[in-house]
Amino acid sequence: MLGYYLDLALRSFRRNKVLTALMVLTLALGIGASMTTLTVLRLLSGDPLPHKSAQLFYVQLDPYPKDHPFSRSDKLPWMMSYVDAMNLLHAQRAERQAAMAMTRVKLASTQQRPFFDDGVMTTSDFFSMFEAPFQYGGGWSAADGESRAKVVVIADFLNDQLFGGANSVGRNLRINDQDFRIIGVLRHWAPQPRFYSLYLGGPNYGKGEAVFLPLQSARAAGMGPMSTMSYAGGDKEVLESAPSIWLGLWVQLPDAAAMSAYRSFLAGYARQQVALGRFERSRFGLSDLMQWLDSQQVVPGNVRMQTGLAFSFLLICMVNTVGLLLAKCLRRANEIGVRRALGASRAAIFAQFMAEAGLIGLVGGALGLVFALFGLWCIRQQPAEYASLVHLDGQMFACTFAMALIASLLAGMLPAWRACAVTPAPQLKSA
Amino acid sequence: MEIRPILATLPRHRIPALLIVLEIALACAVLCNAVFMVAQCVIDGRAPNAIDEQGMSVIHIGGLDSQLAADSVARDLAALRTLPGVKAAAAISDVPLGPDATFNGFTSQPDAEATVNSSVYLVGKGAEQALGLQLLQGRYFTDEEYAQGELLPSHQSASHVVLINRSDAARWWPGQSALGRHIYSDGTAWTVIGVVADVIAQDPHFSGVSGKYSSVFFPQRPSAELGNYILRSDPTARARVLQQAMQTLGKLEPGAVLEGKTFADVRAEYFAGSRNLAWMLVLVCVVMLAVTALGIVGLTSFWVGQRRRQIGIRRAVGASCRQILAYFQTENFLLSTAGVLLGAVLAYAINIYLMRHYEVNRMPWYYLGGGVAALWLLGQLAVLGPALRAASVPPVEATRTV
Repeated sequence: MLGYYLDLALRSFRRNKVLTALMVLTLALGIGASMTTLTVLRLLSGDPLPHKSAQLFYVQLDPYPKDHPFSRSDKLPWMMSYVDAMNLLHAQRAERQAAMAMTRVKLASTQQRPFFDDGVMTTSDFFSMFEAPFQYGGGWSAADGESRAKVVVIADFLNDQLFGGANSVGRNLRINDQDFRIIGVLRHWAPQPRFYSLYLGGPNYGKGEAVFLPLQSARAAGMGPMSTMSYAGGDKEVLESAPSIWLGLWVQLPDAAAMSAYRSFLAGYARQQVALGRFERSRFGLSDLMQWLDSQQVVPGNVRMQTGLAFSFLLICMVNTVGLLLAKCLRRANEIGVRRALGASRAAIFAQFMAEAGLIGLVGGALGLVFALFGLWCIRQQPAEYASLVHLDGQMFACTFAMALIASLLAGMLPAWRACAVTPAPQLKSA
Repeated sequence: MEIRPILATLPRHRIPALLIVLEIALACAVLCNAVFMVAQCVIDGRAPNAIDEQGMSVIHIGGLDSQLAADSVARDLAALRTLPGVKAAAAISDVPLGPDATFNGFTSQPDAEATVNSSVYLVGKGAEQALGLQLLQGRYFTDEEYAQGELLPSHQSASHVVLINRSDAARWWPGQSALGRHIYSDGTAWTVIGVVADVIAQDPHFSGVSGKYSSVFFPQRPSAELGNYILRSDPTARARVLQQAMQTLGKLEPGAVLEGKTFADVRAEYFAGSRNLAWMLVLVCVVMLAVTALGIVGLTSFWVGQRRRQIGIRRAVGASCRQILAYFQTENFLLSTAGVLLGAVLAYAINIYLMRHYEVNRMPWYYLGGGVAALWLLGQLAVLGPALRAASVPPVEATRTV
């Protein structure tokens, strides 16, 4: 039966080429615009570490005085002071834990002028906790960090750029005019969004950092964090003892029991700090990775707004398609009358018009895919930090057709209902 | 034009009429908000800034050894000032719309709480000429003040003097002279020695509306904090001057990372995101209006076709072509009116939603007026074709296919 309906649909398309083309084009424009923005939104709000994100938690404390709070809307500070980060780190209450800050480093090589790139100053658990895979060598130990060893782990793209992709473990890299020994080279590793650099001053998306340095070693070599905030006046020369927040602390907690244990540990720690007079409020935060991304609104407002706009555009296109389909099907009242008189049931008429709408949806979806690919190409030309990452994957490909089909069937429902309400007798008389 | 017969026939094709109303309403709502946002982007990108933007170039210098930075800065500036075409050169911590923003809160009372993110500019000797600041009151820094300027361990300026923007002067001491008064932060005080025309913030997107024109200038002697060189030249010569300066610095500072741009590029890059958004909105609006117009054409043609016989009868009993034309135009006008009224309500609702969730201002009424007028016009244009076809229906049509 479906084959017959599709044949009828094709005949009607041929009779009304302009109107059909118009409907397909309208739907395709709407689908193209929505798919483009949806693909970007999906990339930007994705899960950076899908199989591990539920085990990773970001820790927040509040060292701010009550009468000068961090934010007027009572948000917790998004960074941590060195003292607190080290206290929590050394307590070793989580399965793994790492403190980190972002930095800009000057890298020098013999072939070219020195250049700047991003770096992470962090502690030894970073690689195992975030599952950063090594190509050569490995990370550093907690002891290396404490002894301020001048070692560095570099990213694959830096290894390609400076050493042509060869095993560079054991060689020296000049960072900020000091020699660091390379002990590890990462495989390609760039989770998106860059959850751990969020609000530490690094980019939210992009290729990732070039170098990873032990926190204490980097600080001893004079490197500073990209972002610092102060919660009280006073000496800010030595960040380790200054009343400043500049570190992010992540912990790995494998299950709910570990999480509630860590929660009570944090509550105890915060109360203890109040008792010691360091804090005025014993508030704390423990949010898992996706909650953290959500609460920090990592997706740029522009992108969310564009998605909203694209979907309102799709809605307009759908209303337009409803109108055109309706115009088309009411013009065929005679044909419907004849089919009904020959024994087609109302359901059959409804199915016939839905099949026609569905076919428009499929063709519109195919054309919409072309528009979406063009839209994504346009986005890749933009200067945004996520631009180069935007691609259509298999899932979104299937989603395009599904959305086109759903949109066209929704749009076809009203005209099809009107069509099946046609009474055969008057139509036959007037014909 | 008699509108009663039109109203009487509308219920006979309720659904197509409702669809036209809905389409116009949606288009109107999206159009008003989109045009408003485009206008915001354009206004944003053209934010005034009282420095010589056209003649200015910026070279960011990074990776200098902080111990030797003082000598490097002095030596580099001396070399830059000798270049042909350079009218003035100076070092500054960051430029307006620049990437290394430093914010601090200042107050006009010693213990008040700061509510505005002010951009802190540490400026080296000669910066007033290199930036092209416009002094409104008071004076610039003296050589002695420049020589004494440095950063305290608390990251506040050790200098006791400050230059402020006109907006800040008006905010702190409305209706009074700011000269000789003090501003405070974390227990440190500075004396206002001059007021300049408004210089834009380093990162206005971060500082927010309140901090957009809140800039304070402190004198600073050559040091590692002064990571940007600004060059002022004739606007026509700026590209050549910048190129020469990059070559000169490249030789003087082989270990440093240099990045040179004209200020026009700094501005263009800072606003690139909102410019792209604006172009996308314009594109969507154009396509959306085209789709809406085509929808109106499609539906109206349909019911013109449906009513050929009625039109023929009207023509046969004496209606002129012009009256038939007017009939369809008035009908469209009525539907458009219903659509734009609904659309105006929707547009306001969207605006209120956006205000709540994004940094969008309240939409002034004239955007609504503009959107309404645009859709009225669009409706009339779209209906013209089908209406002309209706008007050309001959009276003899009345006698056919009875």
